[in-house]
Amino acid sequence: MQDIPSLRHPVAVAADQSDNRQPPEAAPSRQRRLSRIKERFIEALLFLAALSSVAITLGIVFILGYESSTFFAHVSIKEFLTAPLWTPLFASPRFGIMPLVLGTLVTTAVALAVALPIGTIVAIYLSEFAPPTLREVVKPALELLSAVPTVVYGYFALQFMSPVLQKLFPGLPTFNMLSAGVVMGIMIIPYVSSLSEDAMRAVPMSLREGAYAMGANRIITALKVVYPAALSGIVASYILAISRAIGETMIVAIAAGMQPNLTIDPREPAATITAFIVQVSLGDLPHGSIGYQSIFAAGITLFIMTLFFNIIGYILRKRFREVY
Amino acid sequence: MADFSGIIRKRKRQDFIFNIIGILCTLVGILTLGALLFDLIADGVGRLNWTFLTSFPSRFADRAGILSSWVGTLLIMIVTAFAAVPLGVSAGVYLEEYARKNWLTNLIEINIANLAGVPSIIYGLMALGLLVYQFRLGQSILTGGLTLAFLILPIVIVATREALRTIPQGIREAAYALGSTKWQVVRHHLVPYSMGGTMTGIIIALSRAIGETAPLITIGALTFIAFLPPPPISTQPPFVSADWLQSPFAVLPIQMFNWVSRPDQAFVTNAAAAGIVLIVVTLLLNAVAIMIRYRVRKRIKW
Repeated sequence: MQDIPSLRHPVAVAADQSDNRQPPEAAPSRQRRLSRIKERFIEALLFLAALSSVAITLGIVFILGYESSTFFAHVSIKEFLTAPLWTPLFASPRFGIMPLVLGTLVTTAVALAVALPIGTIVAIYLSEFAPPTLREVVKPALELLSAVPTVVYGYFALQFMSPVLQKLFPGLPTFNMLSAGVVMGIMIIPYVSSLSEDAMRAVPMSLREGAYAMGANRIITALKVVYPAALSGIVASYILAISRAIGETMIVAIAAGMQPNLTIDPREPAATITAFIVQVSLGDLPHGSIGYQSIFAAGITLFIMTLFFNIIGYILRKRFREVY
Repeated sequence: MADFSGIIRKRKRQDFIFNIIGILCTLVGILTLGALLFDLIADGVGRLNWTFLTSFPSRFADRAGILSSWVGTLLIMIVTAFAAVPLGVSAGVYLEEYARKNWLTNLIEINIANLAGVPSIIYGLMALGLLVYQFRLGQSILTGGLTLAFLILPIVIVATREALRTIPQGIREAAYALGSTKWQVVRHHLVPYSMGGTMTGIIIALSRAIGETAPLITIGALTFIAFLPPPPISTQPPFVSADWLQSPFAVLPIQMFNWVSRPDQAFVTNAAAAGIVLIVVTLLLNAVAIMIRYRVRKRIKW
């Protein structure tokens, strides 16, 4: 800041000059100090906003741990992991989580059997074969698949997929894990195809050109050069698909049935962990009852399962990472 | 020499076959989407009329409507947007513009990546234990909105950061050269310039929140509500009230879930009609997001 004395009131100029013990930058430095405090304050606020995401994680871990610790005070871990029945709301309750875990794993396996091959082929096709204009249209159209609300998919699984599959497999019950799993698989195709395609397109052109120069055709190049080079990103998309399938709730709650069932046959109805939580939440369970606590025990099992797959994914991603 | 042309023909055939397989697999997704829309419309469009939108749920399928559930969805979305947008954008700005490279920043980043992979029903359990019973917010619109805000927070943060990253470094340097403070650079340049990308992310996140059912069932949203929350604006002083935040609620996807799980076919038709409304809103939001993204890409050339 520069003052031009002639433009200012003479008294003010005199006052300035009389007070010449103070350094001349006194006023601006005060302003600067204020603005520095304001900057610090704003930075602190923004930092707190960023920290809120950590608070959410801590909230999840705390609540799941706290509520299920009271559950595990009543039920031994051994009973929880080995008992073959899950009937927490019966008069003589049994607390074996395995039927729910199996239901979750079977529906997830069916979904992955649909989503991983189809999603990978779509990714290879869009990245290596399709003309760019087609890709620009197809990719957002496929991504709409993951925008459809899951409750609508549940309706579709029960009202459309189940009758269709009943024609293929006579004797298939209306509620079954197969139709829920297939619909869930179609829902997660875009997670696999979009992320894998991004990973494949990031592979440098020179690698493909090298393969072509050796006489390889497109499909050989895609499978033997591009796919391995992009494996780190592709594995990440697979893990995301697994997480989604394990945690998916509404499709299985609507179409796979609500009865815990210790089976690995996808043609049978069975409840998943998520479906059980929904079923209990729909009822009116008093806070603190064993039924109320049982949904947190189921929830922490679900949380650990997704965490487990995320950690595996992290390790695999590191192992397959290629740097160009 | 004849051998070579044989090999070439074979390899061309391989490529051709994979082309067909690729198109077929792509069609599986597209056709399913088509079948889903067709099935829903065929089942439910006959039920869709003005009274369906303006009636409360009922024991009688032909009198039941979705008034309380779409109002609930709208109010929940307002709370979610007001909580998630300021928080998410601030967090994104901090991580992209302010954060130093240290273990704390690292922790926050890993944490956000992990939160995006947590199943939505887990957020519901957290909200049930924490918001409903520890903070005693009740099974209210406020609780529901905050739950969904937690859920979409990672999406908003990631979208904000990606939008900020597209702004060239030169813009920041030019502003600093003119004597701007960091906050002035953020407020006058970075946030306005990244608005398009951020808005796209926010709309996509909200469209996801509209369809979320499981976490709201978990915190105890009701399936049968025959009243509306108290209006936020009234003719008597003090004219505005926040009572609606404490009101119990129903939302569209839960209403649809309630109807689809009934054996009576008439209610299943209602479910299809509610599904049409839900899917139209979701697809409209997605279309708006795609349009904004397209226009931003076209307009801004650095």
